[in-house]
Amino acid sequence: MTNSNGKEGDHRVGVYVCHCGSNIAGVVNVYEVAKWAQENLGAQGVVVAKEYKFMCSSLGQKLIEEDIQKEKLDRVVVAACSPHLHEKTFRGAVARAGLNPYLCEMASVREQVSWVTSDQTAATEKAKAMVAGAVARVRQHEPLESIHVPINSSTLVVGGGIAGIQASLEIANSGFHVYLVEREPSIGGHMAQFDKTFPTLDCAACILTPRMSEAGMHPNIELLTWSEIENVEGYLGNYTVTVRKKARYVDTSLCTGCGICQQKCPKKVIDDQFEVGLGYRKAIYTPFEQAVPKFPVLDKDNCIFFKKGTCRACEKFCAPGAIKLDDKDEAITLNVGNVILATGYDMFDARRIPRYGYGTLPNVFTSLEFERMCNAAGPTNGAIVLRDGKTPPKSVGIIHCVGSRDHKYNTYCSSICCMQSLKFAHLVKERTGADVYNFYIDMRTAAKDYDEFYQKVLEEGTNLIRGKVAEVIDGGLFDEKAGQLIIQVEDTLIGKQRRIPVDMVILAIGLEPKRDAGNVAHQFGISRGANGWFTEKHPKLDPVATMTDGIFIAGCAAGPKDIPASVSQGSAAAARVVSYIQQKELSLEPVRAYINAEQCSGCRICNGLCPFHAISFDEVKMVSEVHQALCQGCGTCVAACPAGAVTGSGFTNQQVLAQIEGLLSVPIYPEILQPVAA
Amino acid sequence: MKYLFYPGCSLHSSSSAYLDSLIAIQGKLGLEFSEVEDWNCCGANEYIALHRIPSYALIARNLALAEQQVNGSNTLVAACSACYVNLARTAKYMGTDKELNTRVNDALAAGGMHYTPGSVEVRHILDLMCNKLGACKVKKLVERPLTGLRVAPYYGCMVLRPDPDKRWRDPESPTALEELILATGAELIDFPLRTHCCSGHMPQINTETSLDLIHRLVEGAVQSGADLLITTCPLCQLNIDGYQAEMNKQFGTSHKMPILFFTQLIGLAFGLSPKSLGIGKEITSAAQALARIGVKVEPEPPVLKRPPKDQRLPMPHMPKPYGDDL
Amino acid sequence: MANVSPVPQEKVGKASPPPRTPPSQASVLEFFRTISPGLPQIEFCIQCGSCGGSCPAAALLDHTPRRLFALIRAGEMEDVLQSNTPWYCVSCYFCMVRCPQEIHITDLMYGLKTLAYQRGYTRNNKATHLSKVFAGYIEHYGRSFELGIAARHYLRHPPANLVGTAKMGSAMFFKGRLHLRPEKISGMTQLQKILQRAKELETAL
Repeated sequence: MTNSNGKEGDHRVGVYVCHCGSNIAGVVNVYEVAKWAQENLGAQGVVVAKEYKFMCSSLGQKLIEEDIQKEKLDRVVVAACSPHLHEKTFRGAVARAGLNPYLCEMASVREQVSWVTSDQTAATEKAKAMVAGAVARVRQHEPLESIHVPINSSTLVVGGGIAGIQASLEIANSGFHVYLVEREPSIGGHMAQFDKTFPTLDCAACILTPRMSEAGMHPNIELLTWSEIENVEGYLGNYTVTVRKKARYVDTSLCTGCGICQQKCPKKVIDDQFEVGLGYRKAIYTPFEQAVPKFPVLDKDNCIFFKKGTCRACEKFCAPGAIKLDDKDEAITLNVGNVILATGYDMFDARRIPRYGYGTLPNVFTSLEFERMCNAAGPTNGAIVLRDGKTPPKSVGIIHCVGSRDHKYNTYCSSICCMQSLKFAHLVKERTGADVYNFYIDMRTAAKDYDEFYQKVLEEGTNLIRGKVAEVIDGGLFDEKAGQLIIQVEDTLIGKQRRIPVDMVILAIGLEPKRDAGNVAHQFGISRGANGWFTEKHPKLDPVATMTDGIFIAGCAAGPKDIPASVSQGSAAAARVVSYIQQKELSLEPVRAYINAEQCSGCRICNGLCPFHAISFDEVKMVSEVHQALCQGCGTCVAACPAGAVTGSGFTNQQVLAQIEGLLSVPIYPEILQPVAA
Repeated sequence: MKYLFYPGCSLHSSSSAYLDSLIAIQGKLGLEFSEVEDWNCCGANEYIALHRIPSYALIARNLALAEQQVNGSNTLVAACSACYVNLARTAKYMGTDKELNTRVNDALAAGGMHYTPGSVEVRHILDLMCNKLGACKVKKLVERPLTGLRVAPYYGCMVLRPDPDKRWRDPESPTALEELILATGAELIDFPLRTHCCSGHMPQINTETSLDLIHRLVEGAVQSGADLLITTCPLCQLNIDGYQAEMNKQFGTSHKMPILFFTQLIGLAFGLSPKSLGIGKEITSAAQALARIGVKVEPEPPVLKRPPKDQRLPMPHMPKPYGDDL
Repeated sequence: MANVSPVPQEKVGKASPPPRTPPSQASVLEFFRTISPGLPQIEFCIQCGSCGGSCPAAALLDHTPRRLFALIRAGEMEDVLQSNTPWYCVSCYFCMVRCPQEIHITDLMYGLKTLAYQRGYTRNNKATHLSKVFAGYIEHYGRSFELGIAARHYLRHPPANLVGTAKMGSAMFFKGRLHLRPEKISGMTQLQKILQRAKELETAL
């Protein structure tokens, strides 16, 4: 190893000990450590050792930069906080002075010393040991260069709900191509099912459909509806995704969207998807009137032609001849640079709580069913009626927290149900004038204009009863309440059990991760939290990125949230993607693994161990290779290789062993370690 | 198959019909019950009201006796729901709570006994019949199907809750008695209050409230169209059977809803005589209901009018938890 | 509370009972911890009201279970020990299986009964009397004896409908469901030794 003077083996190391105000200096004697380094580590190449109040400040950084120039340093050690915080800062300072940034090493004498003990003597000795270790290590450092990856300017957005649509529009408007993949026949997601949205009571379809058509017509957005993701390979900037376009049985180049096929189709089916089992559709259908794209799909499991070979009414009546009964699934390959996962959520299955009577008592509905009922294009054309399809209720009970905040089902709060329930209270009052009861544990109306909405509902005379409902019982079993439902609950505000008869019960069911979220996470190589929602890189400071570079998350796929938050996340993810694309090329940290082909025996143990699928086997050369861009530098393969053929640049064996030697070189005698005061 | 059996105080007195019928059907089911020798009362919910460790020690003596008794089985079966919960709970807590285990075994040692947690498996007879034997096996042994008899199941509380050993899939929506009723060939009545409390020992403390609960249950059974109720718990049987007259007086009703033990129903389906099953010991007589057995119900005449346009909203799909092969 | 059964008052002429002292809040919480070790404690109660909503005896309770927990946390121990709630518990376990925080409510109710009894709060409590009579038979015969229990209990607390109860009792007798004499186990001495030792091992409450 030559130093900047060209002399073999002789480094010039600068040591800087930070006070960090009193964070470090209050426990560690920083003056003593600096002095000690100057006097004792000369043999290790230390030519200058200083202490300073705040090394991360611009003056502190300037100190390093000037010294590098003046003293002709070729290695730098900063004893300060954790690298998590300021590694980038000091590397930047070093780079500005013309030295390779990877020739700078930090010793964390705050998190690992001053913040874990109050024993000043022991702390100072340990700080010395850590400085010695860092100095020994940094001498072994080699200059490293960042890895550059080109970024494909196309983006894949998975999920055509409001978050996915927002993200797609933002990226498309920036001038870049977007593939929007959606598994249903139309984009729009759950928002298309709602009637009114809180707190403004905007009609959901009215605010959503303009976005949907914009997305449908945008020259930069390619819609792939009725499609599923089959396979994902690649890394940031270069993903290869296989998409299976399911057979629509309709030729989209000929179809005009006139809807005659749907009218003429004789097979009526309960629509479990869009109408949530409350309404019907035909075997050939578009999920709703304003579907984008307008092309219908044929449900072959329920189609008379596919079951018996007869009918073909749609084919007969289709003027442009767009029905293609011999259609097949098609696999297409997309090359994209980044992916945004906006796959949304599923609803809690209310059948899991039999005591609320869902599925057994006719007039118990879930929140999503009620949304469809209120929707003017829904199964009752917007009339709020009981299960008989015609009678309006005179009293309605709305039960909060069904399947949420409960250790037996989902422990988390689903965030939107309190507002949704208050919205229902308002709609019921407005359209039927019925008595409304809301049964809640806590009223969660935290965002902008939400509490004002709550005040409005109070004004309308809704009965708010604080108590988690124990049971919903068939009123026919008691006295003359036949036809009604009895809600049994403790009204905790008066401390009594009440039995309240109502005509209709609405269950505010919680949100859950999509049933196949695990599959999606696996395909894209991201992780999920304990509750099944996708995990963001940092819960507070980085909510749309994931630990996998190039894969972003937006909307409810990352956790329950309302529409404004989903839209914000869609825009945020889009902005991140666009910033990557604009850079055309991204530099990645060079702390990666590298396999020495000569030493590799081809045992392939590392291939299966890599959590990022970054190691592949070259059949020709019969050795394993690490794909630098996919590698995240975790070190698993380095440890696992029996031949020691894998080194981690920035984490070589020599570096680690040198650091250990340095740490142990400072003798810490038992007698100077005083017992810490209790 | 051999089992150890804990009858409990009620089976020897107020619910002797339960014991009669259980013994009558055991042979046919291939079961052999041996009573735990010199068993003592489990204390119901009374002893634990006064003392904690002594109540667990009282119950644990039975577990210790079961552990010692050699009959080729380490499964202890209880028929009374309260006895079952006491035994199962004690067995479980002694396994999970070290402090309790130490103290209780210390007390047992004063009587020269010891119980090793985990050495005895505690099961309720309903759990045994449904989850171990299976309703299908019971169906195969039926000689005299009870076609036309409308039977409603009534579980009460403690056979399903708290379920310390997780024997049941869902404590609020069980299917065990339903499967057995279908196996006997009887008509299953959907009784929504089947897991609601009969009020337990409340008649001795606050009669008015308990009669109210009993009234609800009987009223509900009548409205559901049941000829009779079947149950698994002596106290449920006693409350609904014995207090029905008083309940009728209080509410001005004249219901005659008989309630039998499920083992009695199974015994009838096996072709055994009512007397051998203890039928006749109930205060609200089941004679009228049983007289319907063998009577075929006439089918409804066909409706000739065109039905009105069905604007009903479809109900959600409910999975059928039982009955596919019954 | 209009519909709460009052605890019958002390009869005139009897010597007044010794003054009762409520246990400390810390000791009650500690006692609860021994009843449900490693399980969610009452600090987890979010006061949702599922317990009070499910209780079949709710109309009779002066405090629903969750309110009792709130009273304990507020340090109102006298109110808690005087409460009739644990005594009206029918052990249906609805509260325990429905509690979203998985608190073992029924077990804690049993604990409160023992606590109230041992601290002297239950001198005229009807439910405690039933339990004491029952316990008496267990401690002498090893088994319960329905006729004896009913007789002793009704003597002190006559049933509201004496005639109806007598009718039911005689019907039971003629059906062979009511014995005239108690059954006694052989190992009675052994059981008594066990119970004696167990009482010594009780935590002082």
